[in-house]
This record gives sequence, C-alpha cells and structure tokens, in this order.
Amino acid sequence: MKPLVDIQHLTVAYDGEPVLQEVNLQIADRDFIGMIGPNGGGKTTLLKAILGLVKPLSGTIVFRDDLPRTQRPFGYLPQVKHLDKKFPITVTDVVRSGALMCEKPFRNKREELEKALSLLDEMGVADIRHKAIGELSGGQMQRVFLCRALLSNPRLLILDEPDTFVDNRFEGELYEKLRQLNREMAILLVSHDVGTISGYVKTIACVNRFLHYHPSNIITARDLEIYNCPLQIIFHGEVPHTVLKTHHHE
Amino acid sequence: MSELIELLGYDFFQKALLAAVFASISCGIAGTYIVSRRIVFISGGITHSSFGGIGLAFLLGFNPLVGAVLFAVLSALGIQFFTSQAGIREDSSIAIWWSLGMALGVIFVFMTPGYTPNLMSYLFGNILTVSRGELWAMLLLNLLLLAIFYFFFRKILYIAFDEEFARAAGIRVNFFNYLMITLIALTVVLNIRVVGIILILSLLTIPQATANLFTRDFRKLMLLSVFFAFAGTLSGLFVSYFLNIPSGATIIFTLIIIFGALRGFQFLRR
Repeated sequence: MKPLVDIQHLTVAYDGEPVLQEVNLQIADRDFIGMIGPNGGGKTTLLKAILGLVKPLSGTIVFRDDLPRTQRPFGYLPQVKHLDKKFPITVTDVVRSGALMCEKPFRNKREELEKALSLLDEMGVADIRHKAIGELSGGQMQRVFLCRALLSNPRLLILDEPDTFVDNRFEGELYEKLRQLNREMAILLVSHDVGTISGYVKTIACVNRFLHYHPSNIITARDLEIYNCPLQIIFHGEVPHTVLKTHHHE
Repeated sequence: MSELIELLGYDFFQKALLAAVFASISCGIAGTYIVSRRIVFISGGITHSSFGGIGLAFLLGFNPLVGAVLFAVLSALGIQFFTSQAGIREDSSIAIWWSLGMALGVIFVFMTPGYTPNLMSYLFGNILTVSRGELWAMLLLNLLLLAIFYFFFRKILYIAFDEEFARAAGIRVNFFNYLMITLIALTVVLNIRVVGIILILSLLTIPQATANLFTRDFRKLMLLSVFFAFAGTLSGLFVSYFLNIPSGATIIFTLIIIFGALRGFQFLRR
C-alpha cells in the first residue's frame, strides 16, 4: 500500500531563509508519529506544508490517489494560542466548523449537529456546548478543538501541541484517547514533551530544519545528539531530572 | 402626543424612520463582523477615505454618494491588497488610505468653485435629509447583506474565527475576505447620511458592545446589535428633533447612553 502522504525533498523558506530543507517523510495508514524539535525548528511549518498553507520552495508532497484533489481532508488541531479567545462563537459552532474538512459532506445539518454533540459527549464536555470559546479552561478548549478535528472522520489527524495549557490529568486522557483513535486513523503529533509522548507514539520524527526519522518510539539523548536535535529531555523516573542539550547544525 | 402623531405624518420624518431601520440592520450585521474580526480600524480607514470621493463629486458635479462608494471600495480593496500581497504593515496601510482619501477630499473641495452647502451633512450626518433615492440604495444594500449572510453564514463565521483552518479546508478565503470588505465599504458609505463620516464607526461598534454584554454567540450578537442600533437611532432621532440639536451626534449619544446604562446595571447586579 502506498503511503497516505509522501513528502520528498521538501524545502520551505521564509524570506529566503530555509526553515525546512530536503525533508523526506512518509505517513502510512496506521502511523502514529511524534514530531519533536526545538522552537523555530520547523515543526509547525511542516504541518502547514502538509495542509497546503505554505508553498514549498522545492520538493513534492504527494497524496494517495484515493484522497480528494481539491482539499486536504485531514483533522487539524492548530496551536490554540494563535486563536482569538474573545471571538463570539459557541463551542457547538466551533466543533461544527470541522465539517469543512469532510471528504463526503454530511447528509444534512442535523446529522452534522448530532455527530458534533456525540463527540463532545465522548470527550466529556457535552455540558459546555452552549458556552462561548473564551469561557473555557485550557483543557476544555483542547478537547473542543480535538472534537472539531475529528468531526470529519479524518484519515490523518494532525495535532500541533495539544498538550499546552492542559493539566496532567487531561494530558494522560488525551494520549490514551489518541491511542484509541490510532486504530482508525494515522496521527501526526507535535509536542515539546518527548518523555511523555514516547510512551504512546510508534515512531519519532525530529525536526530541526532537517528531518530525522527514528523508526521506533524509544529515543535517547545520544540519538538526539546524532540527529543534532537540541532539545530538552525529561526523564520520568523516581528522581525527575532534566538534561539540556544544545547543538547546532553544521 | 398630538405633536408626535403630527410628526409621524410628515414625509421627511417617515423617511428618517425608514433610514433608521435600514441603517440599524446593515450596521448591526456588518458591525458584528467588523468587531468580531477586530477590523474596526480598517473600517475607519475606508470611511474616511470615502471623503475623497465626496470631494471629487462636488468638484465634477455628480452624486457625492457615487464618489464615496468609488473611493470606499477602492480603499477597502487597497488596504486588503497592501496588507496581504504587498507586505505593508496593516496599521500603516490603513493610515495611508485613510489620510490619502481625506487629503484628496480637502483638495477637491477647495478647488470646487463657490460654497459647498452639504459638506457638513456628509461629515456629521443628517438623518432628516435622507432622500428617496438614498433610501432605495439602503434597502438594496440590506437585501444584499441579508442574502449573503443567509447563504454563506457558516463560511463567513468559520473564516472569521479561524482563517487558517478554513484555508486548509480549501475554502476560497481570499475571495470571501474581498467580498466582506467590499460589503463593509458599501455599508459605511450608504449610512454616511445617517451619522456622517466622522461618526459612522460608532454605529458599527457601540450596538455590538451593548449586545456583547448579553451574548457571545455570533448569531445572537448580530440580532441584538440590530435591535440596539435601532433603539439608539430611533431615540436619537426623537431627542434631536425635540431638542433641535444635530441628529448624527445625538444618535451617537443615545447609543452610548444605552450602553452605559446597561453596563452599569449589569455591574450593580453582580
């Protein structure tokens, strides 16, 4: 089976400065890829390139033939910090906006609404459906945006730091939920927290202008060093400690 | 009381009432979009640059509203283009179009021979002098706005809330942005006669601020804004008539009093 998304020699630049260079990545149907890397290393840019939001300077992103040509029907959870929290929109409307990503549109508005409500229920936030987006806590907001991303039954779920502004309890629930979802869809997850996600993801991609693919979920400080991936690694153990690695390419 | 009934029988007052209704609907709808997207100052730029068109019309002797529409739409598209394609900072491109329009207006009015009698009513508005033709134009604008918001409501809302998500979903975001900014330009210009260039921003923002005290749902915000805009224009119209003070300024005043009263009431109840 061909990969869902096939990225070859992708280079993206902003104002002539390359942000991503010669990136190769294949995303197959049941993949669960954790994407890590320093701030400004190009993680979000790679997601945006996959979503068609930034134009590559060179290279190709090819979608499998059974995906629609006109749009990229993926579930997408952006970094919530970029959204206007005071915008007058209700939780239900936010979730329903996920229908824009549908490969096959809902038969009618009712079906769409029912799906939205059942997702909110599944996420345990059905009671806040009439609230405005600005009235939610960080964890509630991430749940709502996850519902939006899932409304279209996507084959690939793209998540940009869904673990920011959330408490530890929700973080655990979120990753457990993603593990379940992974039975039905591929997941591409950007996170800062290598230690936590490595227990859930299947493979790891380290992005720091270049992309290094690590075909397993166990990653060590030494691996990161080889990949030239300056990153904070948190070891979860009896005595938590932090090792800071700073390396530069070239 | 009899004075009121007599007043309602006057042709000019009936027109003013209709103008208040039309202005409330268009400003309620367009204003909700403007406030939600935080493009109040883009709207300010468009409004003020339309003065250039009014000046040009005075100079060449055609209908000032035609000139205003021309300049407003041009500056709306200009601001959008400067910001999204030419890479000029948004606030700077607003300032450029804002002052360009005003400057041209001043030059054109200066070049116009003789006295320009209506100039003040364009700057500060006079709801009592709205003409039949202007009312038709306002009605058409309302129908256009209602139709576009009826058919594209979800797309407009989703783009306004999260443009990037809509873009990723393959929605023609640029098309909708240009469409909305053009509608804003038309709304601004056709309501200039009600409160004037200088004051129109208030009709696009104060009813929304008042409505925002009660709801944070885009649909309800739109409906309530129309209601509060109407309450403000209507009461302003009566107050200005009976106290014999300028209508545009009075309307702004009543809009703000309604907002202040309700905000104060809400504050005291907590």
